[in-house]
Amino acid sequence: MTLKFNDLEVGSRIPDVVKGPLTRSQIALFAVPSGDHNPIHLDDEVARQGGLPGVIAHGMLNMAYLSQALIGIAPQRNIREFSARFQAMAFPGDVITCTGEVTAKKRIGEENIVELKLAALNQKGEKILDGSAQVALP
Amino acid sequence: MQYEAFIGKEYAPFTFEVEKGRLRMFAKATGLADPIYSDEAAAKAAGYRSLPAPPTFAYTITMDAGQSFNVLEDMGVSLPKAVHGGQRFVYHAPICAGDVITGRQKVTNIYDKKGGALVFIETEIPLRNQLGEAVCDLYSTVVVRNG
Repeated sequence: MTLKFNDLEVGSRIPDVVKGPLTRSQIALFAVPSGDHNPIHLDDEVARQGGLPGVIAHGMLNMAYLSQALIGIAPQRNIREFSARFQAMAFPGDVITCTGEVTAKKRIGEENIVELKLAALNQKGEKILDGSAQVALP
Repeated sequence: MQYEAFIGKEYAPFTFEVEKGRLRMFAKATGLADPIYSDEAAAKAAGYRSLPAPPTFAYTITMDAGQSFNVLEDMGVSLPKAVHGGQRFVYHAPICAGDVITGRQKVTNIYDKKGGALVFIETEIPLRNQLGEAVCDLYSTVVVRNG
C-alpha cells in the first residue's frame, strides 16, 4: 500500500506493525542473515554471565521490525532517512508494536516528504526504540 | 580513556557482495511477507533490478565487513561494555541482489558525558554500488560504559 501525501496530516498516525510474541527461534534465526552472531542472542548461559536475565533480541532485529511500519505506507525506495535510538532490550515473549506519527510535511526539491516520529513499544508500553524517518510520497 | 587520537581515523575500504539467498533469509527472519523480498520476478515487476535489500540490511553489510567492532578493538574497549546506542540510515538508491557494495568507515566524533563514565563513539560509512552510485550512508553511535 502506498499512501498519498494528501492522505496524511501532521498528527496522523500510520498503521501499527505488531510483531511477536518473540520466540527464541526467531531471535536465533536473525543471527545468521544479520551477521550478528553475538552469543547473548543465542545462549542463555552466556547472556546470564553478561548480567542479563537470558537471551535478548538483536537491536537491529527490533529496528528491522520498525522499518516495516514505513514499508507499510510506501515502497522502501521512497524512504529517504530512517534512524533509531536503542532505548531498551526486547526479550523472548515480548510483543513489539511499531508505531509512527507524522510530525511535518514539506517539499524538498521535487519531492513531497513526510517526517515521522517512530517508536517500538513492548507489551508493557515501554519504549524499546525511539526513531524518526523521512518518506517521499506521491 | 585516551580517545582524541581516534577521531578522524579512517579504516581500510571494504567490499560486500549482495547475495539473493542472504536477502531471502534476512526477509524470512524479519517476517517480510511481500514477495518482492523473495521472488525475483515480483521484485523486477516492482521496478527493482533484483531482490531489494530491506532497509536495515545496509547495517548487515557493514557488520559482515567487520566494521562494527574495529574501532572498539583499536581503542582497547572490552566489547561487553559497549552498546549500540543509535543508528541512522540516509538512502540514495536501492541496494539489490547482485550488487557489489564498497564502503569505508570514518570515526567522526568521540566525546564523553558524566565525567567520562560514558563515552560516545560516532562513525559514518558511506556505501556505493558497482556503478559508483551512492546507495546508503550509515551513521552509528556506540556507547561505552567506563568502570
